[in-house]
Amino acid sequence: MNIDVKDHAALSDVFNEDEDRVNWHDETLWWIRQKRDKAVNQLPEWESLRETASQIKNNVLSYLSNYLQQFEANATKNGIKIHWAADAKEHNEIVLGLLQSKQVKQMVKSKSMLTEECHLNEFLAENGIDVIDSDLGERIVQLAKEPPSHIVLPCIHKKKEEIGELFHQHLGTPAGNADPQFLTETARQHLRETFLTRKAALTGVNFAVAATGEFVVCTNEGNADMGAHLADIHIASMGIEKIIPERKHLGVFLRLLTRSATGQPITTYSSHFNKPRPGQEMHIIIVDNGRTIQLGREDFRNSLKCIRCGACMNTCPVYRRSGGHSYHNAISGPIGSILAPNLDMEKYADLPFASTLCGSCSNVCPVKIDIHQQLYKWRQVIVKNGYATTAKKASMRLMSFTLSTPSVYHVGGKAGRWVLKHAPFAVNNKFNPWYKHRDMPEPPKESFGEWYAKNKNGR
Amino acid sequence: MSSRDKILAAVAANQPAKVDLPDIDFLNGAAGNHVGKFTGVLTSIGGKAIEVNTFDDVKAYIKQTTNQGDRVVSTFSEMSDCTELINDYQGLPHDLQDIELAVIGADLGVAENGAVWVKGDLLNQRVVPFICQYLAVILKKEKIVATMHDAYEQIGSENYGFSTFIAGPSKTADIEQSLVLGAHGARTMTVFLME
Amino acid sequence: MRVGLFIPCYVDQFYPDAAKATLQLLEKLGVDVIYPPKQTCCGQPMANSGFEHLAGGCNELFIKNFAEFDYVVAPSGSCVLHIREHLHDDKNPEVAAQLSSKVYELTSFLTDVLKVTYLPAKFPHKVGFHQSCHGQRGLHLSQMSELVAPGFSKPGSLLNMVEGIEIVPLNRIDECCGFGGTFCVVEEAVSAKMGKDRVEDHLEHAAEFITGVDMSCLMHMEGILNRKGSKVKVLHIAEILNGE
Repeated sequence: MNIDVKDHAALSDVFNEDEDRVNWHDETLWWIRQKRDKAVNQLPEWESLRETASQIKNNVLSYLSNYLQQFEANATKNGIKIHWAADAKEHNEIVLGLLQSKQVKQMVKSKSMLTEECHLNEFLAENGIDVIDSDLGERIVQLAKEPPSHIVLPCIHKKKEEIGELFHQHLGTPAGNADPQFLTETARQHLRETFLTRKAALTGVNFAVAATGEFVVCTNEGNADMGAHLADIHIASMGIEKIIPERKHLGVFLRLLTRSATGQPITTYSSHFNKPRPGQEMHIIIVDNGRTIQLGREDFRNSLKCIRCGACMNTCPVYRRSGGHSYHNAISGPIGSILAPNLDMEKYADLPFASTLCGSCSNVCPVKIDIHQQLYKWRQVIVKNGYATTAKKASMRLMSFTLSTPSVYHVGGKAGRWVLKHAPFAVNNKFNPWYKHRDMPEPPKESFGEWYAKNKNGR
Repeated sequence: MSSRDKILAAVAANQPAKVDLPDIDFLNGAAGNHVGKFTGVLTSIGGKAIEVNTFDDVKAYIKQTTNQGDRVVSTFSEMSDCTELINDYQGLPHDLQDIELAVIGADLGVAENGAVWVKGDLLNQRVVPFICQYLAVILKKEKIVATMHDAYEQIGSENYGFSTFIAGPSKTADIEQSLVLGAHGARTMTVFLME
Repeated sequence: MRVGLFIPCYVDQFYPDAAKATLQLLEKLGVDVIYPPKQTCCGQPMANSGFEHLAGGCNELFIKNFAEFDYVVAPSGSCVLHIREHLHDDKNPEVAAQLSSKVYELTSFLTDVLKVTYLPAKFPHKVGFHQSCHGQRGLHLSQMSELVAPGFSKPGSLLNMVEGIEIVPLNRIDECCGFGGTFCVVEEAVSAKMGKDRVEDHLEHAAEFITGVDMSCLMHMEGILNRKGSKVKVLHIAEILNGE
């Protein structure tokens, strides 16, 4: 029963070796879910706000090619240079080219999941460019040489003592000091120097407004602004799906975003970049990287409505008990599990199975993506395309013990027999994954069908 | 074929049948005690609201909270006697790094989330509200609206180079979800609500 | 009114008492109930594993067994949801669509069709109620904690008719138990941990019994309770509503 491939189940198995840590992780994220509940319950119009946002995004997807061109024209008019990248490689090369043209060797970056998706930092490092992530959580995982485990809370998997140790090693703080206030102040001082000395800054894009050509970046720390307003060149990376039609639609999305993410009424800073400041260059890279393929998948295109709030992760009982890294993808959790198979169906074939289909993710989603329905549909697609490694593995595992144990009932019909033959709780032995932590049901003297035949027949 | 044309062609080929935009006017906020709500929410996110009558009240506050030699900047000619006016600042943004307190104006306040709308263009240096250690904003009480929808209705199609909503001091909770104020931006945010 | 009784395969095999209670409860309420003997499975285990295309036989059989009834009732939210969402017949799509809309989970049949306002049941115990996800979020048997909407609970309103029962509060009112069909073995570690956590919530609030509309979730929690040697028992909601 050796599983070599590191899939979600195997990685979760490792994560669950330390139960106290699982409890801590689960409780921390559940606390954020509760903050979200408290915030959204203060808005009686919450559900119609979600519905409105969903409809706006439906409109965006259906007019996307027009909106992208409109955005390009308006942004260009505003003095912003637009670049187009078909994939991660092209995106990274555009960034590198811009930096090289300015002889820049160091860049400060605020949070952008797209650059995680493109593995930009690694690429730039290979090309002699030093990148410093300025979001505190991102900086922490960067020091730890790990990817973020959550799209909004990059180091939610790390305990403060571990962060204290990282800061001790890399920033020279006293050993054993794990006070969040102290560590944050240290990062503030350390990164202030970075902001003041970097000539290039890269940010993500939360929303790009077609009608005006402006884009909005949301942070709580102010790191995107500190980077962008001090640098000579500001590069913003955005996926094609970040477009919204008009400025007034920001009202809908900014009301939803942070309430869903952390329970705050809005991020501290929601900065609207319309034009470069005098003497500065501003560039936007519009990235496809598989998004147009997803747009063409009728069952899955709604995943492009995502505004990256992370609410589906915080509420997901599986995410909370398996940690973001078990999803082995830049975007973890339920939304990551429906985005990733589009990028590489074979590599991410396990992710749609990493769910009980409980449906909580779809209910918290501020743009009403039918996440759990898509997980179900991806399972069908993955099996049909022959990538059913997880499912096959499961049935192999089950077969290995059920076939040798003819204690299962014979029920009429092929389907019934299939189910009971594969019923995980039917057999009591150490190869049965059910039995590791759970007892079997007591077998009754007779089935309901038998009882009915004896007692109720001929009625 | 350029990547641009390739992407746009793929989008056009794959986008679903056209769907109309929904009406969002129904979301506009109702009348209410916007000042009270604004003050409550701003306080809950770590900011502070102080009701004042004149610039003299703001000046008194500055005197009380800053030390001799602190660099205090503002965008109000009414306060040129006690602050450095930065309306015409033409230097490097980096040279603003030692600002202790910045007093700036906001065009709008939003009751539902305690945010104020600050136009970077009026500061001449966009970095001011972020790089200062402490931030103070002067806002006319009558400029507070109920929700973000009302805010964008007021903003309309106004043309700006850079503008931002600021709601409270810079903050992070990245370390074990412990809230810490003063991440990279201003450590405190005080909003003076003026009649 | 003729009602076909649909008993999910694992309930038939492992929990016949839940099936008997369902039958007796419906009969007690004056319903003409018939159990077609040749029924098997709704096909969900295969479909949820990605093998929906192999569930055609289940669909055909289900339609053959149940098309003739005014209603079909099952003591399981999960199996009913699967039928509602996925029952299809390429040859007779209308028959399948019509049938799937007549299939009810037991408690919603009692509240929505029979409109029951009184039950002669008595159960003087502290009971934890588990919101099974498919019944709750799929069939909307109860309000969901994620939504900003007025609260309601169809099974809860029925339990409130039972004399002497005390429903214990829970810290997390509608968290998944982690069963999830084949998830329980494919993702053994997370599944078992979810089950443990769910059970703990009930134990912490001194439940003597855990009940719910889905035997599969209850079976999962029972497996954990028994492993830890707990005296707390699981009972399908039909067994409580049918209690004397």
